[in-house]
Amino acid sequence: MSIDLILFLILALVAIVTAVSMLFSRNAVYAALFLILNFSSVAVFYLLLNAPFIALTQITVYAGAIMVLFLFVIMLLGAEQTGPVSSSWWLQPSALISGAVLMGEALYIIFTQVTLLPSAVTPSESFGTPASVGEILFNQYLLPFEVTSILLLVAMMGAIVLSHSEKQSGSGS
Amino acid sequence: MLPVAYYIGLSAILFTIGALGVLIRRNSIVIFMSVELMLNAANLAFVAFARNFGEMQGQLFVFFVMTVAAAEVAVGLALIVTIFRNKQSIDVDQMNSMKG
Repeated sequence: MSIDLILFLILALVAIVTAVSMLFSRNAVYAALFLILNFSSVAVFYLLLNAPFIALTQITVYAGAIMVLFLFVIMLLGAEQTGPVSSSWWLQPSALISGAVLMGEALYIIFTQVTLLPSAVTPSESFGTPASVGEILFNQYLLPFEVTSILLLVAMMGAIVLSHSEKQSGSGS
Repeated sequence: MLPVAYYIGLSAILFTIGALGVLIRRNSIVIFMSVELMLNAANLAFVAFARNFGEMQGQLFVFFVMTVAAAEVAVGLALIVTIFRNKQSIDVDQMNSMKG
């Protein structure tokens, strides 16, 4: 076994175990912390795949900003404890069965068909560096980049409007 | 590099776990986190294929997906806060006011 394979298997184990723990943890705060671990392990996968810029963006944006927002809302609402899993008795077994079927089919197709893909090319020296990412972003993808700024502005305004409570008898809370 | 099938297989497993989370859990915040997990699994597939073909476009797409995910989280959490204010609960089974 090569060092790459050992590294991959350990990291994949971490990613899957944290994802399953997130799925079954009773406390929403623990679920969020498990998800941070999962995002960090995926960031290491990005490093293995020659994508250092994306890996660091993953850590700052996902594991940092987004998950802090999640934890903030969980603690703001005081909604850590989750209730019973579901009201319908058939929901959980049918979800598990269909999920297992989906995963089995996906893995079967991936491991029988993806071998038809061309084998990995040797990437150029600058593959995945921030400089090359910026070069493509500001040359080929300038318009999507600018549209993104409008999207973020709209999201910010939407969040402010939604969470702004209506004035109740003259005193907004 | 390992065969790309390994990474795509892991991505499929993570995606399925996220889909199961959406189906099984009733807490809307945890459902939301499962959606993030599914987005993340898709990102992993993008980066794996970008490395396999030696093209940067896949990584750029991940960049845009992350931006959309950040916007989606901001709006979604604001929605959850508003729902909690009105119903004192974020259980998705309670959100049945429009049920006929």
